[in-house]
Amino acid sequence: MRLGVCGRFRRHPMAMFGFATVLVLCLAALFSPFIAPHDPLLLDTSRRFVAPLARAGFWLGTDELGRDTLSRLLYGGRISLTVGLVAMGTTVVTGAVIGLVAGYSGGIMDTVLMRFVDTMLCFPQIFLLLVIAAFVPPSLISIALIIGLTSWMEVSRIVRAEILHLKEQDFVLAARALGASRWRIMFRELLPNIAAPLLVAATLRVASAVLAESYISYLGYGVQPPLASWGNMLTNAQGYFDTVPWLAILPGAMITLTVMGFNFLGDGLRDALDPRLRMDN
Amino acid sequence: MEAAPAVLAARNLRVGFRIPGGVMQAVDGVSFELRRGETLGLVGESGSGKTLTSLALLRLLESPPAELSADGIDFEGRDLLGLSEGAMADLRGAGLSMIFQEPMTSLNPLMTIGRQIDEPLVRHLGLSKRVARERTLDLLRRVGIAGPEMAVRQYPHQLSGGMRQRVMIAIALACRPSVLIADEPTTALDVTVQAQILALLRALQEEMGTAILLITHDLAVIAETAHRVAVMYAGRIVETGPVAALFEAPLHPYTEGLLRSIPRITRERGGDLPEIPGVVPAPGALPAGCAFAARCGFAVAECQELRPVLEPMGGGREVACWRPRHG
Repeated sequence: MRLGVCGRFRRHPMAMFGFATVLVLCLAALFSPFIAPHDPLLLDTSRRFVAPLARAGFWLGTDELGRDTLSRLLYGGRISLTVGLVAMGTTVVTGAVIGLVAGYSGGIMDTVLMRFVDTMLCFPQIFLLLVIAAFVPPSLISIALIIGLTSWMEVSRIVRAEILHLKEQDFVLAARALGASRWRIMFRELLPNIAAPLLVAATLRVASAVLAESYISYLGYGVQPPLASWGNMLTNAQGYFDTVPWLAILPGAMITLTVMGFNFLGDGLRDALDPRLRMDN
Repeated sequence: MEAAPAVLAARNLRVGFRIPGGVMQAVDGVSFELRRGETLGLVGESGSGKTLTSLALLRLLESPPAELSADGIDFEGRDLLGLSEGAMADLRGAGLSMIFQEPMTSLNPLMTIGRQIDEPLVRHLGLSKRVARERTLDLLRRVGIAGPEMAVRQYPHQLSGGMRQRVMIAIALACRPSVLIADEPTTALDVTVQAQILALLRALQEEMGTAILLITHDLAVIAETAHRVAVMYAGRIVETGPVAALFEAPLHPYTEGLLRSIPRITRERGGDLPEIPGVVPAPGALPAGCAFAARCGFAVAECQELRPVLEPMGGGREVACWRPRHG
């Protein structure tokens, strides 16, 4: 069965493209101190607005303060991906715990938690993000937590739906008949059985978290200069968009590539893990 | 056998479900005793309340919607109804164990066989993982699984149905419970495997002195395994007694009908298989009198009006009927 999942994943061209993109981006971010040709914060007004490929050593050009764009993209990727992954972790943990408790407990607990989810879903995420970001001092961790804590609702709904189906299975009753406690059943018996949908949801959440980070950094509430993130590189670039468009195009392309990579990866995982597709292949 | 004290005794056990316009009484005043080393067979059609009775004994019914009441469920001198949920959980799998009908789905698909047997040992007996694993290997050997060292590393889907039911039995008996509730343990298995599993249960019972409550709709299983039998109809026990006597000369017309409708190879060819006319009344729509009266060939006016209760008939037998057969 496990082999089957891998096999289907490998025969899925979009999934493999997404996987390769994500892998390259993560490696680049991880090893950016070794790959980056320059210090991303080093100012040099003698070489402002160098065009890409125009000067040796500055392959993607420089910005309005003479900082090397390639180095800033690499270091910015580090920050954007870190925020994306930490936010995804927060989303998945919060969503899974709330979905598990609601789905397994049922009754009043379920009603209260799910109405809370409904309430949270009433607000557009960007509005929640900006309101909270205005009060919380921006740091990498706080940004990631804010994003995570405003986007777990979908995950909790997925988890709850899976649990509602799963908790009726005989092995859950059998575990209760052997004296297993509620927590044990939730986290040891049920949670491992929803690993597949949770993995898919997690992958897709990384993409939206990276996007959310660039929104709020672009609007100035996120990662603060001089630290580079793809979002605030866009902010800097908007003043020069008519004259030096590559300053905006390059970070924009990175965001697009990342979001696309994670989405393809998530879709591919979903297709590969879907038992209904098992027969077709 | 008769002198052994009861390890489990249910007195006037009732399970109801609140429905619009009243309470649907699915189990209606069931009482029985189970002694050490004894197998009590609980027989009845689907919907007669057998499984609800077993789940109620372990207090595994979700409440709401189920409402459980009884004058007492005495287990080794304690009333289970008075225990906290925590104390009840400590008892499940340790003193009172259960095996289910579907070995295919009763094991966690993502946990190795070894871990699933280790867990109650660690949970209830406080054994270390290493000691528990040794016990697990020994248990697997005793339930007749060849190559237990290999089996502990396997997942449920790698085993056949019969093997899985053996694993379920190993899990249920891991902590040497004094009572084992077996809910249709062989229904999902084919006949040869069924015989093996029943023989295994009997052998383990003799070795450990476990009392078994065997729930089934299959009279052949009862004949082969049980010492005493209780026949359930529409949520009530209608007849109880030692297996041999009850099969020889059933007292309740329902029991008689059940026994007559078993297909037999010696039966005259061409004749129709006798059946009991009509269907079991739905639990919300029970008549005031005997629930079986409408389907009974011997019913008199009294049967429609007054509900019979279990009366001793001698020889350890009881029947709830105004006009018992062979009586």
